[in-house]
Order: sequence, then C-alpha cells, then structure tokens
Amino acid sequence: MDITAMIFSLVKIVAVIAYLYGLLWVLGVKLKKVEIAGKLVDPSLGVNIFGGVIAFGVIQLALTKFNGFSLLNDFDSGLLYQACTMTMVALGLNLIYGFNGQFSLGQWGFYGIGAYTAADITYRWVNGDSRGLVVVGVGVIIGGLVILLIGKFLSNLRRMPVLSSFTLYLIGSILAGVVAVYAGKLAAPLLDPFLGDSLNKGVLAQGLPMQVVFFLAVVFAGIFAAEVSFLFGLPVLSLGSDYFGIATLGFSIVVYTLMVNSDTILPFPEMKGGRGMIGIPKLTTWFWAFLFLVLVIVIMRNIIRSSTGRSILSVREDETAARSMGIDVARTKLMSFVIGSFFAGIGGGVYAHFIGFLSPGAFDFLVGFNPLIIIVFGGLGSMTGTITASFGWIFFLEGMLREILGKISPEAPSWRYVLYPLTLLLLMLVRPQGLLGSVEWGFLKSKIIPLRKSETREGVNNHE
Amino acid sequence: MKSFKLLSIVVIVAFLLAACGGGATAPKELKIAVLAPLSGPVPTFGEMTRDGALLAIEEWNAKGGVLGMTLVPVVEDSQCTPDPAVNAANKVVNQDKVHYIIGEVCSKASIPISEIANAAKVIQISPTSTNPSVTVDGNGITKPYIFRACFIDPFQGLVGAKFAIEKIGAKTAFVMVDQANDYVKGLAEFFEKAFTEAGGTIVGTESYTGSDTDFSAILAKIADAKPDVVYLPDYYNIVNLAMQQAKEKGITTPFLGGDGWDSADLNLAAAAGGYFTNHYSPDDPRPEVQDFRKAFEAKYNGKTPDALAALAYDATNLMLSAIKAAGADDTDKVKAALEAITFNGVSGTITFDASHNPVKSATILKVTAEGVKFEAVVNP
Amino acid sequence: MQSVSKPQKPPVIVSPNSFLAWIGKIFLLVIGLFAVYILAINLFDKPYLFAQNVINGIQLGFVYALIALGYTMVYGIVKLINFAHGDVFMVSAFVSFFAVERFALHQWPQRLFPGFNPSLSTVIGTVTTILLSMVICVLLAITIERVAYKPLREAPRIAALITAIGVSFFLEYFGLLNFVFSARYIPYQRPFEVVTWYIKDGIHLVESGVTPPDGAITISNILIIIIFATILVQIFLQYLVRRTKIGIAMRATSFDKPTARLMGIQVDKVISFTFAIGASFAALGGVLYAIAYPSIRTLMGVYPGLKAFVAAVLGGIGSIPGAFVGALIMGQAEAMTSGYISTPMRDAIAFSILILVLLIKPTGIFGEPEKEKA
Repeated sequence: MDITAMIFSLVKIVAVIAYLYGLLWVLGVKLKKVEIAGKLVDPSLGVNIFGGVIAFGVIQLALTKFNGFSLLNDFDSGLLYQACTMTMVALGLNLIYGFNGQFSLGQWGFYGIGAYTAADITYRWVNGDSRGLVVVGVGVIIGGLVILLIGKFLSNLRRMPVLSSFTLYLIGSILAGVVAVYAGKLAAPLLDPFLGDSLNKGVLAQGLPMQVVFFLAVVFAGIFAAEVSFLFGLPVLSLGSDYFGIATLGFSIVVYTLMVNSDTILPFPEMKGGRGMIGIPKLTTWFWAFLFLVLVIVIMRNIIRSSTGRSILSVREDETAARSMGIDVARTKLMSFVIGSFFAGIGGGVYAHFIGFLSPGAFDFLVGFNPLIIIVFGGLGSMTGTITASFGWIFFLEGMLREILGKISPEAPSWRYVLYPLTLLLLMLVRPQGLLGSVEWGFLKSKIIPLRKSETREGVNNHE
Repeated sequence: MKSFKLLSIVVIVAFLLAACGGGATAPKELKIAVLAPLSGPVPTFGEMTRDGALLAIEEWNAKGGVLGMTLVPVVEDSQCTPDPAVNAANKVVNQDKVHYIIGEVCSKASIPISEIANAAKVIQISPTSTNPSVTVDGNGITKPYIFRACFIDPFQGLVGAKFAIEKIGAKTAFVMVDQANDYVKGLAEFFEKAFTEAGGTIVGTESYTGSDTDFSAILAKIADAKPDVVYLPDYYNIVNLAMQQAKEKGITTPFLGGDGWDSADLNLAAAAGGYFTNHYSPDDPRPEVQDFRKAFEAKYNGKTPDALAALAYDATNLMLSAIKAAGADDTDKVKAALEAITFNGVSGTITFDASHNPVKSATILKVTAEGVKFEAVVNP
Repeated sequence: MQSVSKPQKPPVIVSPNSFLAWIGKIFLLVIGLFAVYILAINLFDKPYLFAQNVINGIQLGFVYALIALGYTMVYGIVKLINFAHGDVFMVSAFVSFFAVERFALHQWPQRLFPGFNPSLSTVIGTVTTILLSMVICVLLAITIERVAYKPLREAPRIAALITAIGVSFFLEYFGLLNFVFSARYIPYQRPFEVVTWYIKDGIHLVESGVTPPDGAITISNILIIIIFATILVQIFLQYLVRRTKIGIAMRATSFDKPTARLMGIQVDKVISFTFAIGASFAALGGVLYAIAYPSIRTLMGVYPGLKAFVAAVLGGIGSIPGAFVGALIMGQAEAMTSGYISTPMRDAIAFSILILVLLIKPTGIFGEPEKEKA
C-alpha cells in the first residue's frame, strides 16, 4: 500500500506539472498566417484562447461528478486551489525579488490584506450589507485617482523629500477613505433591500450578480493591496536591499497584529480578531481560480516583455547603469512592488473564498517564508520555475507527504517538517540557482530577436 | 503537435491512475479518522489527542469492534492551522472515504473541518475545540453532523466567575488575555461578563501575545490595581512564566484559570495557590477515570493522561457507542443516536444540547506545591 | 485625466525650506511629540511604575544585545542574515537545561568535594554550565557554517539566505521530535534561585507571600547578572576587534574579502571564528534568558532572534556598539509599549520605530553610509 500510494502521488505531481507545461505551451503557440477569404489572418490568438479553454475544460471535466464519481475529488481540487493562490503570490514575489531584485518578506502581508478585504466584501454582501463593496470599491478607485493626481503634481517637482511626498499621498488616501465611507452610507439604503439577509438571500446576493460581486471583490482586494503597498513602498523602497527586506518583514508582522486585533483596534467585529472570520461564502470554483491564475500569468508575462519589464530587469542587474540610461529607478522599483502586491492581493481574495474561514494564524510571518522559498526553488527570474515550484510544493508537501507519512505510522507525520528543510538544504547546496534557473517555457519564453535573413536557420528556438 | 499529444496522453493517463489511487475499503473495516496537530507549533496537544483516541479504538477492537467491523484509525496531521486542516479533512473524507472524524484540537482548525464534514455528511466530534462556531454556523444554525466533547467558553467562564465570587470571595478581578488565541479570548470575555453580572468589578484587562515571555509590565499594573483575583485562562506555558514572575515580584493575589492549565509540565512551585476549571481530574475516584488512567499509563509507558487525552478518549467512545446504538454505518442514524445519547465518560456524564454542546459538570482543581488537588465539582 | 497634461512645463525645484519639504518632517514631529506626550503623562502620573517599566526594558534590551552581536558580526563579515542564530540561542538553553537537570552540573564542586562552600559551588557550577553551553553552541555554529554556508560562498546571496532559513527550520522542527527536545514547554530548572529586592526607602528583600508596599520598584539578581555579563562581553569584544590580530583580520575581511585574502589572511578561518564568537554570545544569552524566563521550548529562539536582529539593524548592522544601542532602544520600546499602549502592539511599534529610524538614517544609527557598489 505504501508503494502504491507513493507511486500514485508521484504520478499526480508529474501529471499536474505536465498539465501546466501543456497550458503554457498552448498559450504560446505561434502559427503561420493563413489566408481566409483573401485576407491574411493570424490564427495564433484564436488557437491560444481555444487551447486555454480546452485546458480549463480538461480539469473542469475531471472535477465534475458523474454518478458521484469524479476523477479529481475535493482533496485534489483543494490542493489545486491552494496551488493556484500560491502561484499568484509567488509570481508577484518573483516580480519584486526575482526580476527587480528587491528582497521582500512582506508578500504574505499583502496576501493577508487581500484575503481579508475580499472576504469582508462578500461576507457583508451575503449578510445584507452593501457597504463593504461600495466603500472598498469607491475607496480604491478614488484612492487610485488621488494617487495619480498627486503623482502628476509631484512629477513636476524636483528634490522633493520622499517623506514629504509620502505624507501628501497619505493625506490624500485618508481623504479618499473618508469619501468612500460616506459613499457607502449613501449607497446602503439603495442597495441593501436587494440583498436580503443571510437566510433569505435577495436578488443581488445569489446567482450571477453574486459571481460579479465576487469578481469585483477579488479585484478590489488586489487593488487595495496594491495601494497599501504603494504607500508603504514609497518611503521604504529608498532603503538598501536588506534593510528593505527587514522593513517588509516588519510590515507582515504589523499586518498580522492588526488581523489579531481586527475587532478591538480596527472596527471590524465580523472579522473576530484571533478567533477567525467564519461564514465567508465559498465562491472559488475552478473557473475563477483558473481565470485569475491565467490573468496573473498573462499580465506578468506581458509586463516582463514590455519596455517596463526591461527597465525592471535592468534595475536588478545594475542600478547605476540603469540610472545612467535614463531609467527612473525609484519609480521602477515602486512599480514592480505595487504590481507584485496586486498579485498577492488577488491570490488572497481567491484563497479566502476557497477556504471560507480566515484566521490570523494562516498569515503568520513564519509561513510567509514559503513564497520566498518557492521562488528560489523554482529559480529567481523564471516564471515557469515559480509556477512549477508552487504546484510541486503544494502537491508534494500537502499531497504526497500526507498520503505517505500517514500510512507509515501514526508517529510519522511529525517528520514532515524535518524532511522539508532538509530537502531545501540539499537543493540549495546542489543547485543554488534553483531548479530551473532562469529557463522559461512555451508562452513565457521571451521572443527571440529575429536574426538577419542570411543567418536564419530552421529550429533556432529548439536549440536553447 | 507531437509533444502536445504526448502531453495530453500523459495527463489523462496520470489522472486516471491518480483517481484509482483512492482504493476501495474492505467491507469488514470501519475507518475512524483522527485529525490532530502532529507537526507545526503545538504537537503536544496533537499527540495527547491521538493517544487518547487510539487507546479507545484499541479497546473497542479488543472487544470485537463495532457491529462486527474492525476499527481502522486514519491519523492525519492538521497542524492546528486552517490550510493543512482543510487538506487533511478533504483527504480523509474523499480519499479514505471516512465517515467519522475525531478532531481537531484547535478551534481555528476545527471550524474549516466542520464545514467540510458537515457538507459531506460526515460526523465530526471535536474533543477540545471550545469556540461556539465549531458546531454552530454564522447564522446561528446548528451544523447537524458536528458535535464536541468539551464544554464551551461561556460555561467555563461562568464556572470560573461563580467560583471566584463564592469560594475565593473576590469582589474585584483582573483579566489577562492573549488576543491572538481564540480559546483564551473566549474564556476571558465570558468570565468578564459572568463576573460583572454576579456583582463583581473588573479592575483591569491586559493583553499579551502567546510568544511573550516577559509579563512584568502587566504584573506591575496588577500590583498597582490590587485585585482580589487574577483570571489567566491560558495554557500552562504562559501560566508558568506569568505566575513565576508574579511570585518574584511579591504578588500574592490568587490566579484562576481554565483547562489549559492542565498539563504535566505545569510548574507546581510557580503555580501554587492557583485554581483552574477542568474537564476531569486524574485523581477523581470514579471508576471510569481510574480505569482510563490505568489503561493509558499501561499503554504509553506511564504517561499521565491530561484533559486532552481524556476528552479525545471520550469523544471516540461517544462516537463508537453512538454507532453501536444506531446499529448501522449510516451517519444520519448515528447523528440521531448522538443527539439522544447519555454517556458516562471520563469527563463526566455527557448529553448533548440543541447546539450539540455537551451538558456536563466542571471540575475545579487547586494547585499546590505538591500537586494538583481536586477542589470542587460545579454542575451546569 | 485629459486636462492636466501641459507638455514641457519646466520642473519646479522644491527648496529645502519650503512648506512642501517640511511636510514630511512635520509628520515625523507629530508622531514623535505624541509619543513623548504619552510617556510624559505617565511619568508624572505614576513615576514608580515608569521606573519599573524602564527596568523591565533594560532587562530585555541587554539580552537582545547579546544575541544581536552575533547577527551584526556575521552580517558585517559575510553579508548574510543568519536566521539560524536564534536557534543556536535555543540550543544553548536546552544544553544548560540538561546539564542542570540530568547531571546537576551547577553543583559539581559540592558533589565532588562534600564540604565545599555551597554558594561558591553554585557560582562555579553555574559558570561551568554556561561555558559548556557556549562550547557546544560554538561547535554547532561552526558545523552549520561549514556544512550549510561555506559551500555557498560564491553562490548568489539568496541561496545562503534560504539555507539559513532551512537550517533554522531544521533545528526547530528536529528539536520538536519527541526523542530530541520534544514540543513541550519545559519548566527550566534554574541553577540558582532568583532573588528580588524592592526599592522604597532603601533596598529590601522581597519575601515570598509578602506583597511589597505601594510604589516600590523591584529588581532581581538576574537583572544585575545580565547587565554585568553584557557589559563584560561588550568590553571584551571591543578589545578583540580593536586590539588583537584576529580582530584586525576580521575587520579586513569585512572590508574587502579578496584583498584580505591577498594579504595572507585566511578568510575562511576568520569567518568561522566570527560565527563561533557570535554563537558563544548567543549561548550566554540563551542561558541567562532561560534563567530569567524559565520556560523553554524549541521555538523559543524565533522571536528573541528576530527582535535582536531588528535591534542590530536599528543600531546599524555591522557595528558592535550599534547592536548594543539598538538592543537597548528595542527593549525600552517594547517595555513602554506594553506598559502604556498595549502589549500586542509592541512588535508593531518596534518595527515602526525601526522603519522611522531607517527613513531618517538609512543605514541605522551607527551604520556607515553604504558604498555605491559593493
């Protein structure tokens, strides 16, 4: 039984990783242009989207129950959702650390912010309170506009002390928050009658409207996390790399403290502080998890490939050289930090609606080392590596070890956390650049700069 | 396209294989899942729980199992944290096809497990999770398949307050609370409520965190406020440190606590003079208690069972008695049997109220330098 | 958004005296004044309580200082955040625990020579216990350095950082196993009794079961020992770094490794030595911490380690007096937060202070300005 369990869980890991590679491959397929009705049409995009839908469908089909039997049961789907959120968080961190070189330990804090924000929105919504959505929505939008406006204003100023800019942004954000709270108060009587209460759900609290609210909640949570990261990153990113790391670690701990005291220091009784927030609607389905995952992958890949991405990379390689090439280093750092936190916030939103219960214990800073370990495992500066490592990590630690250790003896599960650092140590000693280094695959592979005609050969791409 | 075909074949074959991995259960076996934190920060709780539950299962097996079926324990590590707890629950429910779960210890792990178990119509008895939300959902509706074997925070807080006022003669109380710990926080809140309702005054509430080792700031305030009693409903590790430091600072106010104090590692010299409410006392002369203690010590090399072990033992026995009473491996029948059960356990006679919380008596113990002494029994 | 963009507006230079430049400083000033206000109110309200909090802060601060030295020295020399340092601290507490509980090492002179003066025996025994812990921790630290860090000296820095996290997790979770240290919170058996005095109209001994009078300030012998030991270590370290050959080698290695190697310094040995010295102070700190707060477990090193590290950063990482000053500030900040704001907020406040200090002086209080390129 031990051997079979081991083989099956190994097979599962291989299957998941094969699936991911297939997905990345199909998203990146490039075809020759074809003539349709006399016009040259590029079918690639269509094929990519179609492939993505098929990839989604494969798992969806495997998850669907036929006669009470499905290929993937809830255990597997739970692991899948966790792996998806972990991938989003880790990709964000890889953008900040792997691609931009800013050593951050604060990713877990933004993940927590995203989780709690999104959960609060939907929780209030299903309990007949629209203020969560309205306040956060209006807040992040006005806050974003205010930040842009102040940024515009400040962009004309030279030698402005960072602390002063920070103070201005802070005042602006607080004002936006006040406006949002009032907007929430105004909108409540209009919307609340359609929400019903927790037992008799209203029109807007079920079916399609609820799904839309869920989508908005996750996106707003991501934006909120991004705006917090903007305010935090603005002064702190001016510090040196390790100092920045410690400051972000401090940020994670502050967020944790606030979560624990969310009902005493912060005015959110429904979060229940250390007791944990119950009753979050479990809205995460494979559709949403897949959608957000692909969204994050596509956004990040496009950023990396754009000129912004090249300036992000150049800041990592050499700040002085980047600055002399006319790149605004501070701005680039801030941008990658904000986008990375946005991904973490989205991941948090998806996670909250998968697990349905949030407890500050899940956002402890010690757990926060996990995304860092994952990106180093997969290879800093490799998106493929991060994605593979996130899935492999969850399916190994939570899937395989759980299946095997439990069968060996009742004592064995306590060894799990001894095996894991040992694996980590061995990997680091054998391959310090991570499993994949900076190799990319399929969709994520960077465009090869076309060689001059005479040098073009067949199959250049394959010889990498 | 060749590689894609290959990949898709691999994927499909792999999923097929993986799906078959679940395996079928032998008909003569009844699986009981034990979910406990065996790794992570609090494995001692998990070990005691697991040991208590496994002892009960072994005893039933020695008597020939339940309804002719041999009991097979499935032990899973749930780490006292929501994510692993969800995975553990999903695994035992979906992969191992278990219908009965004993666990978890911590409320923050039991709550997500209870949602999965309830949705899958799997019976869960949590031995030690005191948070009311384990058996009751956000709307105040009882989750039909979820039970617990311990009394909940409101009752224990009430017992503590009653004891403080009637037996210690306290008029003023000081409460120390760990905001991050739901168990401590719940007890503290309900103690405060009950104490004020009974005419006492709370002269101060101070919070700390579970990783604290230095309580001198709080103790300085206690020395300043001079309460009649200090309520410290935390685990033994905090009690050891806080009461030791209180003694060193010359604070003589009696301390009062909850079942978290119950441990072999309670520093008797430090905690002497304190009282705590508990589920049972190993010195209780009742035959159930003494038999359990003997069996436990015999099986685990003389380890004295604490309340966690006793409650896990009771929870498992409750479950198995209910299955026997129901007469079939059918969770709906077992659920009904549990609701109607009157069970004589180590931690007292248990019946369930409408919220699936046990109605049973609490024991009050006094700590002296020689050991923990049985002080009183308080009935609900 | 369309109206704002007027192209080629010449940039306005913010003069350092304008209101805009001052907003940030005003912001800091408001925070600072608020903190001073809270402290002042409480100082005048109950001066004895304030003094007691200062003393509590000193006790914490001095222990942090012992741990922070190891962080700051290792970082100064190999630019590595040695996460396993806090776990060395933990191992030391356990070693001394086993030495005292199993072998009664704290009483060995009396057991070997039955008519030995009991108090002298305790002093010698305790010192032996501490030395034993220090030796074992030094061996452990050197092993960790050789096995986990040395092979990665040429690898990217993050690899070493991750192995540091790995070693830390390994020590913690291996220690959690039942046959090692087990996961229990073990009541620590002190090698000597802690004696407390209270100060009010002179110094009096606190007797058990007798409450000191109102307005008394208590101090204990362990506090005095901690202060004494830390100051001794500081002096020793200053001497070592400034006056001895190995100290010069350490400074040279920290300044420029390749050049130091060219000058005939055995860089690897110097690095090992740095790890060893840091570990020995952490070991000393571990024993004293366990005596002061007698409950030990394998995860006990995490938070003190983290805070000591923050203290080292606050003081300017790489600077030995900086670690000391940073630790004292951390200790006071924690004690004052627990005393006057709320204990759960103390980590948050400590980190906020760190961030504010770094914003004003980006390399910490005693830190040297960073070189343009390392």
